[in-house]
Amino acid sequence: MATTVLDQHRVHAAQGEKTGLWSWITTVDHKRIGILYGATAFFFFLLGGLEALLIRIQLMKPDNNFLTPEAYNQLFTMHGTSMIFLAIMPLSAMFFNYMIPLLIGARDVAFPRLNAFSYWVFLLGGLFLNAGFLFGAAPDQGWYGYANLTSRQFSPGANVDFWNMGLQILGVASLAAAVNFFVTIVNMRAKGMTMMRMPMFVWMSFITQILLLLAFPVIAVALILLMFDRFFGTNFFVPAGGGDPLLWQHFFWIFGHPEVYILVLPAFGIVSEVLPVFSRKPLFGYAAMVFSGAFIAFLGFGVWSHHMFTTGMGPIADTFFSLATMLIAIPTGVKIFNWMGTMWGGSIQYKTPMYFAVGFIAMFIIGGLSGVMHASPPADLQQNDTYFIVAHFHYVLFGGSIFALTAGAYYWWPKMSGRMLDERLGKLHFWLMLIGFNLTFFPMHFVGLNGMPRRTWTYPAELGFERLNQLETLGAFVLLLSFSVFLVNIFKTMRGPRNAPADPWNGATLEWAIPSPPPEWNFQDEPVVHGRDPLWEVKRERGGRLPEPAPGTGAGIHIPNPSYWPLVTAVGVASIFVAIMLSHKTGPWGIIVAVSVLFLGIFNWVFEKGYSEFTTPAHGGH
Amino acid sequence: MSDAHAIETSTGLDSRKLAIWTFIGSECMFFATLISNYLVHKGKSLVGPFPHEAWTDPATGKVFEPIIEIPLVTVGTALLLFSSLFVVLALYGAQKGRRGMMLGWLGATIMCGIFFVGMQVYEFTHFVHKGLTLQRNMFGASFFTLTGFHGTHVTIGVIWLITMFVLALRGQLTPERSLKLEMAALYWHFVDVVWIIIFPVVYLIK
Repeated sequence: MATTVLDQHRVHAAQGEKTGLWSWITTVDHKRIGILYGATAFFFFLLGGLEALLIRIQLMKPDNNFLTPEAYNQLFTMHGTSMIFLAIMPLSAMFFNYMIPLLIGARDVAFPRLNAFSYWVFLLGGLFLNAGFLFGAAPDQGWYGYANLTSRQFSPGANVDFWNMGLQILGVASLAAAVNFFVTIVNMRAKGMTMMRMPMFVWMSFITQILLLLAFPVIAVALILLMFDRFFGTNFFVPAGGGDPLLWQHFFWIFGHPEVYILVLPAFGIVSEVLPVFSRKPLFGYAAMVFSGAFIAFLGFGVWSHHMFTTGMGPIADTFFSLATMLIAIPTGVKIFNWMGTMWGGSIQYKTPMYFAVGFIAMFIIGGLSGVMHASPPADLQQNDTYFIVAHFHYVLFGGSIFALTAGAYYWWPKMSGRMLDERLGKLHFWLMLIGFNLTFFPMHFVGLNGMPRRTWTYPAELGFERLNQLETLGAFVLLLSFSVFLVNIFKTMRGPRNAPADPWNGATLEWAIPSPPPEWNFQDEPVVHGRDPLWEVKRERGGRLPEPAPGTGAGIHIPNPSYWPLVTAVGVASIFVAIMLSHKTGPWGIIVAVSVLFLGIFNWVFEKGYSEFTTPAHGGH
Repeated sequence: MSDAHAIETSTGLDSRKLAIWTFIGSECMFFATLISNYLVHKGKSLVGPFPHEAWTDPATGKVFEPIIEIPLVTVGTALLLFSSLFVVLALYGAQKGRRGMMLGWLGATIMCGIFFVGMQVYEFTHFVHKGLTLQRNMFGASFFTLTGFHGTHVTIGVIWLITMFVLALRGQLTPERSLKLEMAALYWHFVDVVWIIIFPVVYLIK
């Protein structure tokens, strides 16, 4: 019986789906944009992983010559920059795009074309950042680009410029998306979904958008100042001209520390969705989870200088930033206890998403604890710039963000693709990833405390780092294997039939009430919400699982038209920076052309004929 | 361009208006950083010309007078502040369907904006003639960056308002669609408010 219903859906989906390259280029559907974000980010994630593998091969033995020091610098810079801006952030954006409208019961985001614009700018920014490889001039100054390593004097090539302008382009994408999702969450919620009834992933995403809105302008200005230093001969970060290199560090970390929470809060949100569903219990301490998330974000703006203890800020600044940093352990601890409280006494379902979510908690605790260690300035003075720090942030970003994002991928895959991933391969992926991850990064604590410096292309044999480094390289290849299993799982599944029911996990939130994958209009009838776990409440009332939902016809539902002007506008944005790079050859003309393209895109976007963006979920009928 | 959908959001506030407010919130951090950059580099110039003091070049003996001229900028500041009032009156005209009032005050707002940008172009050229360039010293670098980015915002605001003026001429800024003008006006007020901070920080505080 169930298969026939699913077959009908498949036929329906095949009729309703727009296909072809043009339909993807002009799409403004949040689900398609989510898929584009996910596919692009996963590609960059694999690229960043490849860079990491080359680094690990180089460090496998002492005095190795596999990579030149120049190539090594480019690889660690691009690995860090890619994983943060091109992998974790856009993988989170994939879930923002695909899931937030579904979780709040909306038919799309508030500004569908702005959403498409964000994706295209992100794609172009990612390509720009990586374009340096084509010219043998990939960024090589480290992901935080400290002055005055980035000055013309010490970095005469275009390497720093690819990094500077690439990040600037990516920042435009993040800011546009942040405005969009902020408005979407505030304004597009289904009837009855008050702020304190929003799913926790939506809450954590909401806080993330606020962080993006407030942190990204700071790095935008810092990058502009750096660009002025390099292109127009100012001396903002050049001490010889009266500038201040430390100012860069302050600007960078005022952005950079909130950025850490931009990377990890969505992960907190995903885990907070997965754990209740697979524990068959509502999230423990909902309000405490909301406020601890907000408190983490608030404190995140007041701890930036803990990245700068070794610059000699003096005892008062050190004390303040050290205490503020240690304070963050409290709301984070609240979250960890609440996750465990959610599982406590629950009827735990041993499914792949749950494995990754529990793995996340364990690995994130390790990363959190080493973080508290170097919140103390005297300890940090020893650990700064060693592999201990590398171990720490990989435990929070890989053990934290990537584990949670993978949990989210397994959890929402059926909804997004209409297909169930293989459970056995999924669990194999988990165990290989857990083992590979710990094999790679746990020994880094020890080599770090023993004094192995980070960002150094090799080490002498007599220091005794060899054995542990071999182990780390072995672990990196186990990680490669684990993601190969994931790829096999994906390909195997995509060749199979659309076999996912609407609600494979007995979920609590609105996305499980509609077919997998959802029709273009998401909800045939607009949902009304009466509590925090709307679907569980409906199921309880009706005494069991819901029947497979019909997708509906979409008749009478207003859906925004496709548009290519977001792409034109995005090309305008990116070409401004290409033109600045080439300004020594083209003069101002390149920039004038680029700005013209930008204005062409904006004006045609704003005055697009016959276009109407819906701004309300409540008036689908119009 | 149907705006009829802009009803019944969760908050009752139109999404486009909320988006402008959100964007302005983000822009606050943008200018906060630029102003911090100006203050950090204040008084760090190795050579003149300086904003408020005279400086004699020890090599050539040439005297550089204090470069800032407050009267000119005060006129520009006053016009910019008045333009905030004008755009409110234009918006009132748009909301009440008073076409003449809307066009007149919108035109006045645009003229003020253009004068302000013109004042800044004159000021920049004047400074360059007196030897202050972007590269000359820390004051030049941070002054031109801060006021230049503000001027760019004013320019974008003028283009936006001119677009609104054309819409109004074509009869497309009806009272139901006056939100378009309200969004431009919100941005315009923000640009003014930023100048209220920049003006004392750069020109008045010695």
